[in-house]
Amino acid sequence: MREDTRHVPETVERLLDSTLDSVDQAEELTAATALRAGFDEDELMKIGMAIREAMVNAVVHGNQYNQNKRVRLSLSLTADRFTITIADEGSGFDFAQIPDPLAPENLLRTSGRGIFLMRSFMDAVDLRHLESGGTEVTLVKNVESK
Amino acid sequence: MSVKLNTRQVGNVSVIDVAGRITLGEGSAALRETLRDMVAKNQNKILLNLADVTYIDSSGIGELVSAYTTVTNTGGQLKLLNLNKRVKDLLQITKLYTVFEVKEDEADAIRSFS
Repeated sequence: MREDTRHVPETVERLLDSTLDSVDQAEELTAATALRAGFDEDELMKIGMAIREAMVNAVVHGNQYNQNKRVRLSLSLTADRFTITIADEGSGFDFAQIPDPLAPENLLRTSGRGIFLMRSFMDAVDLRHLESGGTEVTLVKNVESK
Repeated sequence: MSVKLNTRQVGNVSVIDVAGRITLGEGSAALRETLRDMVAKNQNKILLNLADVTYIDSSGIGELVSAYTTVTNTGGQLKLLNLNKRVKDLLQITKLYTVFEVKEDEADAIRSFS
């Protein structure tokens, strides 16, 4: 009989290189944990997509592929929520300057949808400036909302 | 699986069958290069068949928008065919579903090009 592991608290921490391979690694790690949490296929896809967007932002815009900088990935699974934190070592950016990708004048922009997609797919998204200068993104999916 | 592209000509319409993932890196770049080559050859009636696309990220969406703008600016037309639910949902939440002309039947889509 398969053991029900959905409510076993779980924490994963990784320091990842500033490469696109790390984006795939983060997606795989997150998917494995989300699967154990009992999320269905649709929710797994949404979580995976949000993680990819946050990781791409950290690797490409935050750390700018700098091989001396790392991305810290933390996963925390409890009975009621799955929390993913992604922090880069970049120079940060002004959150107020993020354009609305749904504004008519922005619809045909080729970039700028990442944070919007994270917010669309997760229950909560928080952006924070780190004292070190980087950016930390916290993504939350409620387990009971699946 | 990364992206796999197959191009074919149906009358005066260039059809690109896209399979796999259109994401930052190889997937987006491959699609961009294929479309750029077509536009350079004046093949600007393009139908993107996305039936076998399993995943698109924001970079992939950006490529679709870029392709649409490039082709339209040359006086051509770019249309999308066979969107699965995930891709359709993604285009709807980003409000791009109404920007693109989306078709469900290839023969109808081919005929719709002026």
